[in-house]
Amino acid sequence: MKWSEFFTSSVGKKFVMAFTGLFLISFLIVHVGINACVFADMYEDSDNGEMFNKAAHFMGSSYVIRLMEIGLFAGILLHIVQGYLLEVQNRARRKQGYAVNMGSQGSAWYKKSMGLLGTLILLFLIIHIAHFWVPSRITYEETLSQASYNGREMHDVFSKMADVFSQPVWVLLYLLGCFSLAWHLLHGFQSSFRTVGVHNKKWLGVVHSAGVAFSIIVPLIFALMPLSFYFGWVTTTTK
Amino acid sequence: MEHYTMNLTLKVWRQKSSKDKGSFETYQVSDISSEMSFLEMIDVLNERLITEGKEPIAFDHDCREGICGACSMYINGRPHGPWEANTTCQLHMRAYKNGDTIVIEPWRANSFPVIKDLMVDRAAFDRIIAAGGFISANTGNAVDANATPIEKDKADAAFAAAACIGCGACVAACKNSSAMLFLSAKVSHLALLPQGAPERKSRVLNMVQQMDKEGFGSCTFTEACEAVCPKEISVANISRLNKEYLIAGLTEEK
Repeated sequence: MKWSEFFTSSVGKKFVMAFTGLFLISFLIVHVGINACVFADMYEDSDNGEMFNKAAHFMGSSYVIRLMEIGLFAGILLHIVQGYLLEVQNRARRKQGYAVNMGSQGSAWYKKSMGLLGTLILLFLIIHIAHFWVPSRITYEETLSQASYNGREMHDVFSKMADVFSQPVWVLLYLLGCFSLAWHLLHGFQSSFRTVGVHNKKWLGVVHSAGVAFSIIVPLIFALMPLSFYFGWVTTTTK
Repeated sequence: MEHYTMNLTLKVWRQKSSKDKGSFETYQVSDISSEMSFLEMIDVLNERLITEGKEPIAFDHDCREGICGACSMYINGRPHGPWEANTTCQLHMRAYKNGDTIVIEPWRANSFPVIKDLMVDRAAFDRIIAAGGFISANTGNAVDANATPIEKDKADAAFAAAACIGCGACVAACKNSSAMLFLSAKVSHLALLPQGAPERKSRVLNMVQQMDKEGFGSCTFTEACEAVCPKEISVANISRLNKEYLIAGLTEEK
């Protein structure tokens, strides 16, 4: 069997979705870990984003990580394109629909709405990338102020976050993004493992529990970031 | 349960042939016994239609014992009707009450074209089986049943998968019209047994290829198929099929 046949069969296409999905799940762990550094200001009032800015600087200054970033964008793109292709192809498998539909019998709404949830996440991603990735990686200093720690100059992404999340409209949109991500993960996490062949009850139990925990904890930590800035739990100044 | 009779309104899909557009026809049926099966209720209506000189409703049926997989009706938005782990022929009219309206449709999927009324062509399933759902052992004298030791758990899992009657309810219920529950039952049944081992890799590759040729969708684990399966085939079989496909695809020599 040729590689092209392997990855273009109905099962192979799902492997692509599952493997890229699992890759993106692993990225979320890194992303949420780095970003959680903003909470350092809660414990050390004089932090004012220093820990986060240094972590963000590290993530942007290493060529290894910049190369991994290319892999990340490729993974996201593959997941999106393959996801939409599958959605379109699968929908076309039933030209004539039913007069009475099954609704949510036997299948929860979010399991059937991965395309919609994915689209909401994509729209959120466009806004999110425009807010933070573009100024810190493409346009550089023009829209970002600089921070200096022990004589080392770096982007003050923390101040940018404080600026963006001072506006309720962005806070609400980010919360909607986290909400969509949570539901998408609730199905996607365990579905990815099942797609790549996890079928024994012992492991399915672990995958299910880990999936529910991951889908709640990670989006919740992300959601706490805009809320923390908006309600002044973390600030750019020392009280 | 106490016997009762009921009057019902039926909205039945009528379609002269695969080329006909088709539409719903409404029928009133009266004095239907709660002890009748669903198909017997259609029989009563058909006898009346024949007496009136009209074309009876065409539908698939054979054993009427829930084991052949021939009956296939999508009843009020659910394959095989409201009861769980049940075929249409084993659905009884006590599931309904006087005055109910029942909408009856054929399975809907491009791969299951309507032949007439509620009958669909499920030959795609036969072609998938023909692509690898068998073992190529020469038959001879029947060997002793205990000559090949099989672990009890595996024998049970293989038997549970082999219970699939190929009715197509999984395809009918799936939003993607995916045949993966059917295919996974057929692949698992043989993959779990030593007799299926020699053709294990080529079987899964060939059967998936045939399934794709037939135009079924892919599995997104919504589990609607498992919920409506009259034989309660588990979606865990789909994961097993995927594992078989992954190993076969990566290790097959060709």
